[in-house]
Order: sequence, then C-alpha cells, then structure tokens
Amino acid sequence: MPYVIEMRGITKRFPGVVANHHINLSIEQGEIHGLLGENGAGKTTLMNILYGLYRPDEGQIIVRGELVHFDSPRDAIAKGIGMVHQHFMLIPVFTVTENLVLGAELTKGIALDMATAEDKVRELSDKYGLKAEPGARIEDLPVGIQQRIEILKALYRNADIMILDEPTAVLTPQEVEELYNVMRMLRQRGHTIIFITHKLREILTICDRVTVLRDGKVVGTQSAHGLTEASLARMMVGRDVLLRVEKPVAAYGKPILEVQDLYARDNRGLPALNGVSLNVCTGELVGVAGVEGNGQTELVEVLTGLRRAESGKVLVNGRDLTNQHPSKFFANGVGHIPADRHRRGLILDFSLVENFLLGFQDCPPFAEGPRLKYAEARKLARRLVQNLDIRTPSIEVPARTLSGGNQQKAILAREFERQPQLLIAAQPTRGLDVGATEFVHQQLMKQRSEGKAILLVSSELSEIMDLSDRIIVMYEGRVQGAVDAAKATEEMLGLLMAGGQIEKARPLEGPHVNP
Amino acid sequence: MSTREKVRHLLEQSGSLTLLLSLAAVLFALVAGAIMLVLTRHNPAVAYAALWKGAFGSRRGIGETLLSTTPLILGGLAVTIAFRCGLFNMGVEGQIALGGLGAAWAGYWIRGLPAYIHQPFALLVGVLLSVIWGAIPGYLKARFKMHEVITTIMLNYIAFNIDGWAVAVGGPMKDPGPLPASPVILATAKLPRILPQTRAHAGIFIALACVVLVWYLLFHTRLGYCIRAVGLNPTAAEYGGINVPRHLVATMAISGALGGLAGAVEVLGVHYRLFEAFSPGYGWDAIAVALLGMLHPVGTLLSALLFGALRSGSTLMQTVANISRDMVMVISGLVIFFIALTRPLGGAVHTSRGGQSGADLDA
Amino acid sequence: MQIWMLSLAMLASTLRIATPIIYAALGSVMSERGGVINIGIEGTMLLACFTAVVGAYYWSPWVGVLIAMATGGLMALIHAYLSVTIKTNQIISATAINIFAVGLPNLVVPIIWKGHHAVSPVVPRIPDVRLPIIANLPIVGPVLGHQNPLVYVALILVPVLHFILFKTRFGLRLRAVGEHPRAADTVGVNVARMRYIGVISGGILAGMGGAFLSIGYMSQYSAAMTQGRGFMGLAAMIFGNWKPAGALLACLIFGFADAFQAAAQSARVLPISPRLLLSLPYIMTLIALAGLVGKSIPPAADGKPYEKD
Repeated sequence: MPYVIEMRGITKRFPGVVANHHINLSIEQGEIHGLLGENGAGKTTLMNILYGLYRPDEGQIIVRGELVHFDSPRDAIAKGIGMVHQHFMLIPVFTVTENLVLGAELTKGIALDMATAEDKVRELSDKYGLKAEPGARIEDLPVGIQQRIEILKALYRNADIMILDEPTAVLTPQEVEELYNVMRMLRQRGHTIIFITHKLREILTICDRVTVLRDGKVVGTQSAHGLTEASLARMMVGRDVLLRVEKPVAAYGKPILEVQDLYARDNRGLPALNGVSLNVCTGELVGVAGVEGNGQTELVEVLTGLRRAESGKVLVNGRDLTNQHPSKFFANGVGHIPADRHRRGLILDFSLVENFLLGFQDCPPFAEGPRLKYAEARKLARRLVQNLDIRTPSIEVPARTLSGGNQQKAILAREFERQPQLLIAAQPTRGLDVGATEFVHQQLMKQRSEGKAILLVSSELSEIMDLSDRIIVMYEGRVQGAVDAAKATEEMLGLLMAGGQIEKARPLEGPHVNP
Repeated sequence: MSTREKVRHLLEQSGSLTLLLSLAAVLFALVAGAIMLVLTRHNPAVAYAALWKGAFGSRRGIGETLLSTTPLILGGLAVTIAFRCGLFNMGVEGQIALGGLGAAWAGYWIRGLPAYIHQPFALLVGVLLSVIWGAIPGYLKARFKMHEVITTIMLNYIAFNIDGWAVAVGGPMKDPGPLPASPVILATAKLPRILPQTRAHAGIFIALACVVLVWYLLFHTRLGYCIRAVGLNPTAAEYGGINVPRHLVATMAISGALGGLAGAVEVLGVHYRLFEAFSPGYGWDAIAVALLGMLHPVGTLLSALLFGALRSGSTLMQTVANISRDMVMVISGLVIFFIALTRPLGGAVHTSRGGQSGADLDA
Repeated sequence: MQIWMLSLAMLASTLRIATPIIYAALGSVMSERGGVINIGIEGTMLLACFTAVVGAYYWSPWVGVLIAMATGGLMALIHAYLSVTIKTNQIISATAINIFAVGLPNLVVPIIWKGHHAVSPVVPRIPDVRLPIIANLPIVGPVLGHQNPLVYVALILVPVLHFILFKTRFGLRLRAVGEHPRAADTVGVNVARMRYIGVISGGILAGMGGAFLSIGYMSQYSAAMTQGRGFMGLAAMIFGNWKPAGALLACLIFGFADAFQAAAQSARVLPISPRLLLSLPYIMTLIALAGLVGKSIPPAADGKPYEKD
C-alpha cells in the first residue's frame, strides 16, 4: 500500500523541551492509524505540524510522494489534510454555515453569499449522513453535534486525510460508537484517518495500525491486531502499569453530605441542576459520571459555595450550608480539588508558599489580627513539599514553573492539610500522565481508608468505575441513575449518561451496607 | 541553553531583569525624547543639561524636585495598589482635584485649631472625599462589571467641573477677590517648609510614610494577600474563600484615598488655596510612575523621584531652552511605551475588559 | 414657535456635537470586533485634531483631513504593533499613546506659531454645505440640511460599516478573529493581519473625528480639546453592543446631553450652575453604561493577545 503521508525526521523544540525528536511516521492510504501516547508525549504537536499550524525545526513532510512545505493551515488544507481538534475550533456565536465557510467563503460581488453556502451545507450533510442544521448557532448545539460539524468542516474543504485529536473525550459511550461508525464510513469512501488518543481500548477497537509516542520519540509502529492493552501500556509508559488500582474493602459510616433537591442555573442563566439529590457517607467514594455539560460543574460549585442554589439544601454533617460562602465550607470540613487547576486551584504567579496559604489566609497560625505570618506559611510549605514529594527547586518559585503533576500534588497537599471530612474532587487527573494519575488515585484511596467521604466527579468512565463504591450518573442536571460500582458495566453507565433508563434502579439513599 | 538564555535566566532569578528593563525603558524614552527635540529644532544636549541642573543643580532645584516628587509618590502608590488588584485607576487626577478641594475647605473654613490638629484634619477631609470618588468606580465594577477605565475617566471630568464650579463666580468656595480661587488657608493648616529658601514641605514625609504603609499592607497583611490574589486570579481567590467584590471596592477606596492625599498635600503644602487644575497632570504621571516602579512601593518611590526631577527640571528647561513643560508628558508617555515593549502579555497585570479582568468570576 | 425652533436647532446641534463621538465609536467597533481594545482613541483623536490644523494652516482643510487620517492610522499602527505583535497589555499600550498625545502638540505649537502656547491661531476650516433638496424639507431640513460634510460622512459610515462587518467576507473574518482567533487560525485566516487592519481602520476613523473637531466644528486647536469624547465613543460602543447602529444611538444621546446643557446654560432655565451642567454628558455616559448590566456582550476574545502556541 502506498504511503499517503510520510513524516521524516521531524524535530520540534519549544523553550525548555523537545516536543518531537526525530520522528518518523508513515501513514498508508485508506487506513485508520492510531497515534498513542500519554499527555505531553508530543502527539498533538506532531499533528499540528502536519496541519501547518507549527513549522518543524527539522525534518520533511511528504504528501502523496510530493515534498511539501506548510506555512499555514491553508497549505495543508490545499493538500487535502483536515483536522478536528480536541478543543473545538468553532465560533460559538456564529452559525453552522458561518463556521463551515470561514476561510473559504462564497461571495456574490463584495457580499457574502450565505444562501448558496447553506445549500452546500445541506448537500454535504446529506451526502455523508451527518445531520446538521445550517442556521443553528454553535453555542446552542450539544457537544456531540458540534463534533460532527467539525468533521463536516474538514469535508467541506475536500479533506481526504482527517486528523482526529482525542475526539472521544467529550462523548458518551454510545456517541463514541457512532463516531466509530462515521470513521468506518469515511474509510470505506477512501479517506485516511489519523486518530490521536491516550486511551488504549480505542486503539484496539478501531485502528488498523498504531504508532506509540513517548517523550517526543517514536517507540514503535505496529499493526493493531493482536495487541493487548497491557502491551500497549508498556510501550506508552516504558514500564508495567497498574491498570486497576488496589481498592481495599469499604467500611461505611453515616452520611456526611446530604444534597436535597438542588436547583441551580449556569452562567448563561439556563437551568443546570434540576432537582439533584444524593448522599455520601464517611469512608465512601461516590463517583459522579456523565458527559461534561450535564450539570457536574455546577453541582461541584454549589457544593463548595461557589454558586448560588435557587432552591434545595446542602447539608454537611447535618449543618445547613446552602449558599454559604466558600470559607464556611472550608471551616466545616469540606475540601475541594477543583477541576481546573490553573484557573481555580492555583494562582500561577504566586509562589508555592503563597499558594499553600490560599484558603488558610484567615486561619491561625497564619493570621494574627491583620497580619499574615509568612514564616509560618513557609514552615507549612516545607512540610507539604516533603510529605507529598513535590518536585520543585524551592518553595519560593512561582507555581507556574511546576509540572502539571506537581501542581496537582500541591493542590492535593493543601486540601488534605485541611483535614476535610468530605473531599470533593473534580477531574483530579485531567491532563496528568500515567505516573501522576496513579499517585492521585492512591492518595484518594488512602483518604477513603482513613474514613473520609469522597465525591469524585470525572468524565473518565474508567476512573469512576475503578475508584467508586457507588456511581451516580448525571444527565441534564438530574441524577439519571445510581448504581453499585461492583454491578456497574460500561453499557449500563453509557445508557444512563445518554439519558436512558435501566430496569433496576437502586435507591439513592445510602450505600450498600456491609455485613 | 545558549549564553543569552543563561544570562536571561540568571537575571530573572535574581529579580533584576525587571529592574534592568525599567532602566532600559527610561533610557530609551530619553533617547526618543532627544530625537523628538532634534526634530522640533531644539538642542537636546542643552535641554537635558538644563533639566539636570534644574532638578539637582541648586538648593532651590532640589527643593522643587522634592516638591514634585511628593504627589507623584502618593499618586504612584494609588495606581500601584489598584494595579495589584487588577484594576486600572485612571482617576487619580480627579481624586487629586477632590482631595485638594476638601483639604482647602477644611483649611480656610475651620478656625481655632492648633496646627498639629488642623493639618491632619484637613488632610482627612480631603481623603474622605476622594475615598468616595475611588469607591464609586470600585462598586460599579464589583456589582455591575462596569469597566473602571471608563468610569474613573468620566469621574475625572466630573471632579474637574466640581472644582471649577466651587471656585467660579458664585461658587461656594470662591474667595471674594478677583481670582477664581478659594480663600487662602489658615496658617495653622499650612504644611511646614522643611528646606529653607525652597518650597519643599513636610508632605514628603507623609509620602514616605505611605510607601512604608503600602509595602507593609501588600506583603505582610491578610488584606494585602487578598488584594494580590484577586489581582492575579480572581477565580482562584474566590475558591480560596476571598470575597472578590468586597476587595475590589476596598482597593479602589484605598487607591482613591492615596490619590486624594496627593491633592490634599499639594494644596496644604504648595498652593495654600484651591483653584482649577492645580495639578499639572500628576495623575497621569502617576500611571507611568507605577508602571516604571514595577508595581512595587519601593520602585514607585524611585520612579516618582525620577519624574519629580523631570518636572522640576522642566521649568529651567523652559526658561533656558524654550521647551514647553509638556515635554514631561511626552517623556512620560514614551516611558510607558517602552515599558510596554518589554512586557509581553502584560507582565504582572492580567486584565482586559469584561472578559478576564479583576471581577470576572464566571467564565 | 420659539421653543419648536429651539428644539430643531438643538437637534442640529446634537448631530454636530455627536459626530466626533460617532467617529470614535465606529473606530472602537472596528478595533474591538477584531479583538483589540483601543482606549487610545482619545489621544489619537487629539493628535489628529492637531495635525489637521497643521495641514489646514500650511495647505488646505482637506489636506488637513488627510493628514489627520494618516495620524490616526500611524498611532493605531503603534498600538497594533504593541498589542498584536509584542502582545503587551492593551490598556497600558493605549495609555502611553494618550499621555504622549496630551504633551506633544503643546510642544510643537510654539514652534510653528511663535508666541502661541496652548492654542493655535485660527485656520481655514472645512466649510459647511447645504444639501439642495433636503434643506427645504420641513423638520428634517433644519436638522440635516445644513451641516459639515464630515457629519454626513459619519452618518453614512454607520450603515456602510454595518454592511462591511456583517455582510462581507472581510467582516466575517474580522469578527471570527475577535471571537475565537485560534479557530480562525486553524482555517487559514491570518489573525495578526486581520487585527492590524481592524485597529488601523479604527485609528483612521478616529483621525477623521479629530479633523472634524478641530477644522470642521471649530477652526483651531486648543489643548486637550477632545475632552473625553474618545472615551465616550468607547462607552457608546459598549452601549451599542459592538454594533454601529447601536453605537450611533448612544452617541446621539451623549451629543444631546451636551447640546441640552449648552442650551440650558444660555437660556438660564435650570437653577443649576453652568459649570456643574458641563458634567452632564459624563454623567449620561455613566448612566448609559449602568443601564446595560449584563446585557452587553463583547467579542469573546476582546482584549486577549493571541498566542500561536
């Protein structure tokens, strides 16, 4: 089979890091080629080079036997390469048509010809069976549909070769299946697909061949058939990986967190929580599953005092903390590991010491009247850095300079220092490599065995299934169903995540009590 | 790493990179100013020599320099503390105007007080007015997300008009003489002169005290920690239990107070009465002073000294080389321009309008 | 009858007074739709006031307008360079321009005109024109029929810019760059170039506004003559939700406030001191902004420098 794309000796350096190191990649015409690697392995960088967003420092790109030079995505598009990015490149306030034609607009004289454009959108949508309403605004569309539009965008520009960057991150298991069908359909029509992911199962399900990247270098390229998750993991990380964390037997106590019939709105004023009720007991880890955008973010915010609830109650240890200030939640033993560590969890330009003070600035021994005793804060910082083995040149450097994993460790250290009875952890391993993820999981399990209650919100279904004692699925701002983790399957959860019902829904109050 | 990268890294670590960049900015501004002088058919050498001599060459010059430095320190501190909270206080000029109004009124209206009570009291009255003038934009921002650049500037114009009205014919503070000014303040309200045969006055000590106070506030108190946190990342500050809207208002109030103090000190120490536009643009210089001073109280002190020297030297420059005093404004603008050149992505100030500025808690 | 005539005269006056604000607002819209905040429109306009007078003095008023437009473009180019290429904080960069613009004219005035300091001598201005048919219409005539050409240009620019922004390819790309520059980049739109064009066209518009102010409305330059109109233009843009038509409405309101205040002063109708009345336009601006709490939405990437990596 001829190679449709060859990348030879690609090297790309950024300040302080070599993202791609002499990478050789060959893609066959008409295949689905997986690009596997951890976060930070260099997959997206490599594809950004192929798509013309970056220029390589060294190396060549050969498309259909022809040496090419891409100065911008325009050139890549001209050669038939299209890319669907991990974070959608769609303009929320524009319509589907406007997004599709941007950069390749149809004009009648000086004016835009939107009528013809809309016809073309319908045509394309029918041809590929990817339904899309030309006049709809992107921000009104669900995420799964938005992704379809991204694919249409590439097809509109006659993309023959499609690069999909982590497309399943925002999909329910059923939507992932639909995506696989779309990919198979495209392959059947002669398209070539490069599929970037860090999820082993996906490689094995859909890809013909796979190239594994680690630390910016190619570890190997193989046919996907006959590989196992374990062998892929070993190639990806370089050592044997614990794919399932050790979970000790649970010992539950009484409910620490009681959420009763919570209603709240999101930033746009639309209903986000539509009557959520749940409980978490001491020693229990409750996982909240669901595709992002179904109210999980708002739920976490209400449970930590960062968002107003319109009605309903939040009781911590029997005390009504509904709509109280975040400091009250801290004071009542609620710890919060925020989903976005750069925006909520850390002040990147503050030193580590100053970051450890966040949330403690009004507490003794740091606060004394109006004064703030930085000396005490430094003592704390040194202790925390040692306890959790946070890699940093000093405690005075800005948090910005730490790696993602170490930043998360710092946040964990700070939250654990609060000795919370209830820990709310939102997307705690997002963007972390396998080693850091393992660490976080171990820490959460440790807290659980020490009798803490944990509410874990994550869009990684495998993480939820691994760690939870009980799993709650959120859909459109409601608890769609609750399942005992031992009995949960991906099919069941996927169904709930998409708004379906399962026959035997377990009651919401209390976990399965151990004998 | 290349040698260049190594040197940069070393400088960054020791914190002197920003210092060097600030010095470079001043240098470039002076050079650009010289070019501008040449283009307008002046002799830069003569001009700058006059500038230097005017500022430091004589006892009187040094006195004038101290005199100009005082309101610049206070104004610079006002802008600095606002910036630290992610806020742009463009309203220092208006706060100066109102601070002067309050101080002047208390200075001539209240009788029978001994000097050691009258002066602080008059300063206080001025500060009270300007605290409100600062708190208003702070509140509008915290509650309504109205960008403080526009609100402070609008309030400037309103403040100028209030001052103008107060001393115009028929105005409440007009002195019954021919001048559009208030009556002269009582002797007990006047800040004492500290350097004989010059106009330098005790206000400089007030300014220096404020430098220490602001430094202590920012780096050793809870309030200062919260202010800085809100300025760098209001979302994280909120998460940490800090009441962001309240701190926005508080910071603008403090900033307004410092601005008003600058005006009050000017009236009680230099002019002894209120008249329109008694500030020759100190409020605008204050912005350059704060930026050049790297948003640190001590840096502000040093750069205020520089701009104070520029101002006092410019009088001699005008007499000797016939260059308008507005040259100072030109250099001021150039300094900010060159600082902007060296600080990609805004450096320590993470703000824009509406989207991610100091009060954005949502997106 | 007197009051009727007075009100029509006041409306005509409103148009005149609003015109510089309209230019400033339109200029701000062009810049911010591309994602670059430019509060330096005030200083840019002031410098343009000055260079227009210089042009009128040495050559002719129309040359003055051209020079003013070039001045606006140049200042905008500097701001664009700092904001788009150097990616510095856009408010700081614009403040540099504002401060610089206050000082420079005063430096140069005494050189061109010996003996003058803050005020230039009177120079030839752009003469008003009388529109043949329209001037004779009832109601519309006294308001629209006899104005400065630059007033008409400003009014025409409103629908023109609306068309450009919302119905042309350029407009779509400019708005895309202001909402989601990375998305635009990935489909091959040159983000930096679009932003430069947006900022510079905004500066040129501000230049026109400055020219009108100094040699269309007045006929000389005086120190700080813009008196905050550039900032009012910014407020008008926010009020108008970043659309030309809405901004025009706000400008008319501000212009009316100023015209009203001037009329009230001379008529001595209100018991408020004339000096205080001068604050009316600024208070109106504050009220206009306050009325928009949460309803006015800027382009999503407004004010954020775009980094390729």
